[in-house]
Amino acid sequence: MTAVITIDNLTMSYGSDIIQKDLTFTINRGDIFAIMGGSGCGKSTLLRHLIGLHRPRTGTIYYGTEDFWTLDDQEQSLILRKTGILYQSGALWSSMTLADNLALPLQQYTNLSGSMIQDIIHFKLSLVGLKGCEDYYPSEISGGMRKRAGLARAIVLDPEYLFFDEPSAGLDPVNAKNLDELIVEIRNSLGATVVLVTHELHSIFAIATNAVYLDAEEKTMLAVGSPEEMLNNSTHQNVIDFLTRGEGRRRTSS
Amino acid sequence: MLQHSPPPEYRVQQITEEEVRLKLLGNWTLASTIPSLDPIRDLLDRTALRSISFDTSELKTWDSLLPVFILRLIDLCAPPAVELQFDGLPAGAKNLLHLSCSTPPKPLKKKPDTSFITRLGHTTISLVDKGEGLISFTGEIIIACIQTLNGKSKFRYNDFWNFIQSTGADALPIVSLISVLVGVILAFVGAVQLQMFGVQIYIANLVGLAMVMEMGAMMSGVIMAGRTGAAYAAQLGTMQVNEEIDALRTLGISPVAFLVLPRMFALMLMLPLLCVYADLLGILGGAIIGVSMLDLSLVEYFEYTRKAIQLDQCLQGLIKSAVYGILVGYAGCLRGLQCGRSASSVGQAATSAVVTGIVLIVIADAIMTFLFNFSKTM
Repeated sequence: MTAVITIDNLTMSYGSDIIQKDLTFTINRGDIFAIMGGSGCGKSTLLRHLIGLHRPRTGTIYYGTEDFWTLDDQEQSLILRKTGILYQSGALWSSMTLADNLALPLQQYTNLSGSMIQDIIHFKLSLVGLKGCEDYYPSEISGGMRKRAGLARAIVLDPEYLFFDEPSAGLDPVNAKNLDELIVEIRNSLGATVVLVTHELHSIFAIATNAVYLDAEEKTMLAVGSPEEMLNNSTHQNVIDFLTRGEGRRRTSS
Repeated sequence: MLQHSPPPEYRVQQITEEEVRLKLLGNWTLASTIPSLDPIRDLLDRTALRSISFDTSELKTWDSLLPVFILRLIDLCAPPAVELQFDGLPAGAKNLLHLSCSTPPKPLKKKPDTSFITRLGHTTISLVDKGEGLISFTGEIIIACIQTLNGKSKFRYNDFWNFIQSTGADALPIVSLISVLVGVILAFVGAVQLQMFGVQIYIANLVGLAMVMEMGAMMSGVIMAGRTGAAYAAQLGTMQVNEEIDALRTLGISPVAFLVLPRMFALMLMLPLLCVYADLLGILGGAIIGVSMLDLSLVEYFEYTRKAIQLDQCLQGLIKSAVYGILVGYAGCLRGLQCGRSASSVGQAATSAVVTGIVLIVIADAIMTFLFNFSKTM
C-alpha cells in the first residue's frame, strides 16, 4: 500500500489554544480514511489543515513526498487542484445554479469547450442522482440534494483526494446510507483516496477502511487503524466508549 | 509530461457487417480533446450497424472524458437500435456509466410564466401581502408598546442600553464628519451667491436655518438608515435564519416586544440628540467657510446665527429627527423580520432596510414640512 498523505508530528492550534498535538499517521492510496472523535475534538480543524486552509503550529503534512506547507502558492495550488471537498453544508454558491456551481472549477482549471463542460456537468449530476436539476438554485432543493450536488462539484475535476466534512450530518438514515454507498462507488470508480470527518458510527463501520481517533480530553490521537481493529484491540476507554456509544466492548459484542 | 502523452483516439474495427469494435488508445483524460464521433455517424448512415463493442487493451489512462464519450455515443446510437456492449470497458468506467444511467432524470425546472397578466397578478398579490405585513407589524408594535407600558411584556433594558450606545455614542465620529462637511458645502454654495450682492454675512442665517430645520435631522437620519437600519435588519435576519425568532414565538414571547421595541426606542431617543449635535457641527462647518473665505469674525458669525434661529425652528428639527428615528428603526426591524431563511436573504434584507428607511425619511420630511408651514399660516 502506498502512503499518499502523511501527517507527521502535527500540532494544531487556534492562537495559543492547542487543539490537538503529536498527530502522526498515514493515509494510503484508495483508503476511505475516517477522522473520528467526539464533538469539539478538532476533526474539522484537522481537515482544514489538510486542505490548506489552516497552517499547522508545528509538524508536517506530506502529499506524496512533498511537504505541503513548505511549498509556494503555485505548488500548493497544483496539489489542491487534485482535491475535491464536500463541506458540511454543501457550501454551494447560492447565487449560481447547480450547473454553474459545477462549471466554475472546470472553467478555472481546464481548457474544455463549452459543450464538453456541459456534458461533464450532466454526467456528474447524473452520477449523484441529480440529472435534470442543472437549472435549480441551491435554495430550491432539499438538504440531501444539496449534499449530493456538493459531492458532484467535489468530483467534477476527477480528484485524487476527496475530503468529506460530516457528509451524513443532517440527513435521514436512508439518505445517509445512500450517500455512504455513493462515496464507496465513486471511490471505486475514480480510484480516489477518501478522507472522511465524521462521528457517525454507522458510516464509520460501513465504509471506512482506516481511521484515526482524536480525543478532546487528551488533545491527541488515541488510536489509528481499521475501525474493527480499534474496537477489538484498543485499550483506551474513550475509544471503546466512542465506538460502542458508551456501552462497552463486551455488551456490543454480545 | 502529459502534453507528450498519446492523445485519446479510437479505431473502428469491422467484425461483421452489423458489428464493429472500437479500439480505444492513448490517454482519455480531461487534459485532452474528446475524439469526434463523425466516423461512427458515417458508419451508422452507410451500414446496417446493430452492435458496438469496445477493446481497451491499449487504453492507458482515463478519467471522466471516457464516460462522457460513451454517453455521447449512447445518444448518437439511441439504443436499442444499436446495441452497445460495455464488457470491454474498464470496470470503473462501467460502474460510473451504470450509476449515471440508473437514476431517472428529475423533472426539469419550470420556466416562469412571464406574460403581462401573470406578472400583474403576481405583483398585485405581492403588494397585498406586503400591505398586510405592514399593517400587522404596525399593529404588533402598538400592542407591544401598550403591553410594555402596562408591564405585561418584558422589556430588555440591557439590550436597550446597548442599543443606546451603538446608535448614539458609536455613531458620533461619522455624524461629526458628515455634518461639518454639509455645513461647509452649504456655506460654500451660499457664499458665491451672497457675495454677488455684498450680503455675505447672511451666510450664517442660511447655514444655521438649513441645519436646524432640515439638514441636521435629514443627514443624521440618512446616516442612521445606512448604519443602524441595515445593522438591525442583518441582526434580525440572521436570527431568522438561525430560527432564533421561531424559538421566541414558540415560547410565547413576542419578538416585537423583545427585539423590536428596544431598537426602535433607542433610535427614537438617540436621533434627536444626534440631530442637535449635527446642527452644531454643521454651523461650525459654515463658520469655517465664513471666517476663512468671507472675512467674517467668529463672534459676528455666531451672533447672526443666534439671531436667525428661533426655538420653534429648532423644535421642528428635533421632532423630525425623532420621527426619522422611529421610521429607520421600523424599516430595519420590519425587513429583518421579513427576511428569508437563506444567507443571501440577509443581505437583501439589509439593502432593503436602507432603501426603505431613506424613502420613508424623505416622504415623512415632505409631509412634516408641509404640516409645519400649514400650522404657521393658521
